Amino acid sequence: MRRRRRILTAKRGFTAWAILVYAFLYLPILVVVIFAFDKPSATSIATFKGSNICNIQPADIGNISVWNGFTSCWFAKGLNTSLYTDAIKTSFFIALEASIIATILGLGAALALARMKRRWRAPFDVLVYLTLVVPEIVIAVASLIFFVQVRSNLGAFPPLGRSTILLGQIVFNASLAMLVIRARFVGMGDKLEEAAYDLGSGPVSTFRQVTLPRLMPAVIAALLLSFTFSFDDYVLPAFTNGTTSTWPIVLYSAVRFGITPAVNALATLMLLVTLILIVAVAILLRRSRVEGPGQEEHGLGAAFGLG
Amino acid sequence: MAAVATAVKPRKSGRSFAPKYPKWLTLPSLLYYSIFFLGPMAILAVFSVSIQSGFGSVEYTFSTSQFAQVNDSLYITVFERTLLMAATGSLLTIAVGYPLAYWMARYLSTYKMLALLVIIVPFWTSFLIRTYALKIILDSHGYLAQDLGINILYTKYAVGIGLVYNYLPLFILPVFASLERMDWTLIEAATDLGAKPFTAFKDITLRLTMPGVVTGGLLVFIPMCGEYIIPNILGGGKFEFVGNIIGDTFGDAQNWPFGSALSISLMAALSVFVVIYIMFATREEQFGA
Repeated sequence: MRRRRRILTAKRGFTAWAILVYAFLYLPILVVVIFAFDKPSATSIATFKGSNICNIQPADIGNISVWNGFTSCWFAKGLNTSLYTDAIKTSFFIALEASIIATILGLGAALALARMKRRWRAPFDVLVYLTLVVPEIVIAVASLIFFVQVRSNLGAFPPLGRSTILLGQIVFNASLAMLVIRARFVGMGDKLEEAAYDLGSGPVSTFRQVTLPRLMPAVIAALLLSFTFSFDDYVLPAFTNGTTSTWPIVLYSAVRFGITPAVNALATLMLLVTLILIVAVAILLRRSRVEGPGQEEHGLGAAFGLG
Repeated sequence: MAAVATAVKPRKSGRSFAPKYPKWLTLPSLLYYSIFFLGPMAILAVFSVSIQSGFGSVEYTFSTSQFAQVNDSLYITVFERTLLMAATGSLLTIAVGYPLAYWMARYLSTYKMLALLVIIVPFWTSFLIRTYALKIILDSHGYLAQDLGINILYTKYAVGIGLVYNYLPLFILPVFASLERMDWTLIEAATDLGAKPFTAFKDITLRLTMPGVVTGGLLVFIPMCGEYIIPNILGGGKFEFVGNIIGDTFGDAQNWPFGSALSISLMAALSVFVVIYIMFATREEQFGA
């Protein structure tokens, strides 16, 4: 009896800790959402001449770290600020291109590497892990020198801007995609492919009809993960952007030099869109699960990059 | 990130008759890495032994003068601060994250994947927005400072909180993966044979999941050492990491050779940890094959 009680106490303790940690993780997100509806400070509203309080400039907005009252005008303000919306569009398309190219590169490497001899695989693995663990600030400044120097000495590569951001980001994302896809490829074994071969299917049709459909959750996961990392990436673009503004770059300068709740409003909208997408993907995956050995348990997990 | 790989269960198989994919499939990515990763790294190394001549132009030589300049008490202090803060941040992340991962792996069944998903969802809000939210909370005009008297924005405590907050999910994933592989009947056996629960935990669970803890710890420690945004926003320029100094030499100061030498020094300082991490991460059992 006593032992059972002790186990129960331990379980309660861990559960309490888990609740605390979840609260810690979600408190800032709650703050973002709540402060998207916050008015400028009372003194700044009193001295403001116009009618729409959301037109108050960041410099005059006063203390917005406390609750000043409810307004929903930041959403319209955010959506009508072309500095923000243009940057979001730029980031979206860079992330889209980066994730597609990276996933194609990663898929090729994952397929070939998974069944390669360790002797050949090991150096490639080291290279892949290096691209992931070298501090991003180092990669960022190295890429800056590289793009500038190669252009001025050899005339190759475009000038700093959208394309250099894209070219730089693909490195990290390809490694990410490769690891995610290979983890699943190795995990799902080779029985079905063997069977397809035995039944006379050629390499291309085996890949198209057997391997690729079963790899799909991992491919989607790789796309989603690299899209997220690319869209959210600040450090590398901050050094290789030239005059291009991405959303994180705009955010960063807002945080440093004057921010309004319009930024919170846009972040809230994006969070909402993301959550809807997550639910949609989860439902889709649940529906389209391909039956096969060793596959179901990780259906949802794999889609979110958990192997 | 790399954590994803550790979730694979080891799988032993005999000779395989499945198709081998042609080796040339690795060529595009190999070529890509060579140009856009090794290329920049090589030119960084070249710059670190060059000399600045005038504003923004460089004389290619072989000179260690940049490194001599790095070896100055001013910069050594920054390196020490960075490593110390990252070490503290990683240990705190382990202390916060391990019990959570343990809870998920040990006590949850139906909602296990959901609990994990809920950990990752914050990842889908911008890193900068989340850090800014922490700034709102910690702001000297905010509730925490005004009503509770906890005014820690622009101190090492704020930076520490920011580090733990942003890197926690990254640690939890690999540790959860290793806790998932735990055979809990071993604990039952140990306690049946008279071991105290804590002894059983220490000698069995902790030991078996140590590789996961090391991988996860390094997975957060290494990027923490290169952190740029958190010290900038939550440290307010008063608590700079090496990354910030590197950024400054490329932004305001335009001294690229010196910035390159700082970058190379940072990588040298981290190399031991990187080697250990890669050894753990590429261990054969994780990819089966």
